[in-house]
Amino acid sequence: MNDSKQEPIIILKDVCKSFGDFQALRNINLEVNKGQRIVVCGPSGSGKSTMIRCINRLEEHDSGKIIVSGRELTSEVKDIDAVRSEVGMVFQNFNLFPHLTVIKNLMLALKLVRKMKKSQAKKVAMGFLERVRIPEQADKYPIQLSGGQQQRVAIARALCMNPEVMLFDEPTSALDPEMISEVLDVMIDLVEDGLTMICVTHEMGFARSVADSIVFMDYGEIVEMKPPDEFFENPESDRTKLFLSQIISH
Amino acid sequence: MNFEFYLILESIPKMLAGLGMTMQLLFLSSFFGLSLAILLLLMRISGRWFLCFPAFMYIYFFRGTPILVQIFVIYHGLPQFEFIRESIFWSILREPFGCAVLALSLNSGAYVSEILRGGYLGVEKGLHEAGMALGLSKHHRFFYVTTPIAVRLAIPAYSNDFISMIKATSLASTITLLEMTGVARTIVAETFAPYEIFIAAAIIYLVIAWFFQRAFGLFERHMSRYIKQ
Repeated sequence: MNDSKQEPIIILKDVCKSFGDFQALRNINLEVNKGQRIVVCGPSGSGKSTMIRCINRLEEHDSGKIIVSGRELTSEVKDIDAVRSEVGMVFQNFNLFPHLTVIKNLMLALKLVRKMKKSQAKKVAMGFLERVRIPEQADKYPIQLSGGQQQRVAIARALCMNPEVMLFDEPTSALDPEMISEVLDVMIDLVEDGLTMICVTHEMGFARSVADSIVFMDYGEIVEMKPPDEFFENPESDRTKLFLSQIISH
Repeated sequence: MNFEFYLILESIPKMLAGLGMTMQLLFLSSFFGLSLAILLLLMRISGRWFLCFPAFMYIYFFRGTPILVQIFVIYHGLPQFEFIRESIFWSILREPFGCAVLALSLNSGAYVSEILRGGYLGVEKGLHEAGMALGLSKHHRFFYVTTPIAVRLAIPAYSNDFISMIKATSLASTITLLEMTGVARTIVAETFAPYEIFIAAAIIYLVIAWFFQRAFGLFERHMSRYIKQ
């Protein structure tokens, strides 16, 4: 492990977050190094999404520290847009811009944030569409694509920015069953090429095959964090055991 | 009572003399109204109370009072004030045409800004977040993501308002302007045939409304091309 000396890309230290009376995150501590693949699982309402949404400040944490690529996220951070452009995010509902064609969805931030010329942006965008195996859909509008194709476009759109880390917020939860594997296949592909990611998902098979750590959350806490084999074979906490028995019994 | 069908046919060409004035009122008021509406919208969504509150009060006031009252207040009321008579706006405000355009613009601005706000609020939250996650600045998100979608969402309601505006221009006849309804009233005074003449006026308004309805329909179709499967 030669990158053990490197500064982690993401550091969360004692992060807390409440929505009114509801405490969504309780003292979250997590470090993510380059090349690490972390899968986050847990029952709904356990704070998984809130945690990753805090990392690119779609939610603001109340206390604790979040450091992304060496920059601490605070309310004073003026260059939050710059931090966000280093963190790719894929949403459950794809969130493609409906009024832009597929290729233009990818080109928008390349032009506006990366200041690329149109021709260069198009070339980069096309490269990533090939990467997610749908270059032939470039000139269609999002609504003309299937859910699985839309999610692959969303992945390509985030990758375009060449982020240091990718956050996936339940990327397959809104998909019909037959489309889940085409999205997971693309993600496995990316992981094999060394993508750093945090992925919230209920796809345990996927978690097992790609994660190097599985984080289990419940009631806003990280209950345990282990390599997949240990996590599935030898869970420590009763809450983890209960969760695993619930998802496996169906 | 006698219904003289030929009077309708005869009066239509005469009334068209007022068409130019109707169109001027319509286009000028819609243009200034839309500009004002955009300003009011930006104030309302700014999140700052000292911008938000005046815009809110403005909208409340102009939606809550009849256009006819607004026209009268501007036409009969403003000249009472010395400072207005001495201001540079006096050359506009002393003419009934300027007063009518002002009243219609102020009124339409209030309604249209609410229409635009509806469109703005209709844009999915997830799309804002997707823009943020890509590192787009607030301004970039507003111009490249929110606005094009909000415009599409606002078109049906806006076209409704525009068509209301066609008819609202007829109120300008109450302050001596000879737009179409004004011309119609003059003809009625000569012929004593209100029934036929006003039917003729209604026919012309219907034709104009049909024309704009169709234009907005095409525009809406164009803007919605990406939501058709």
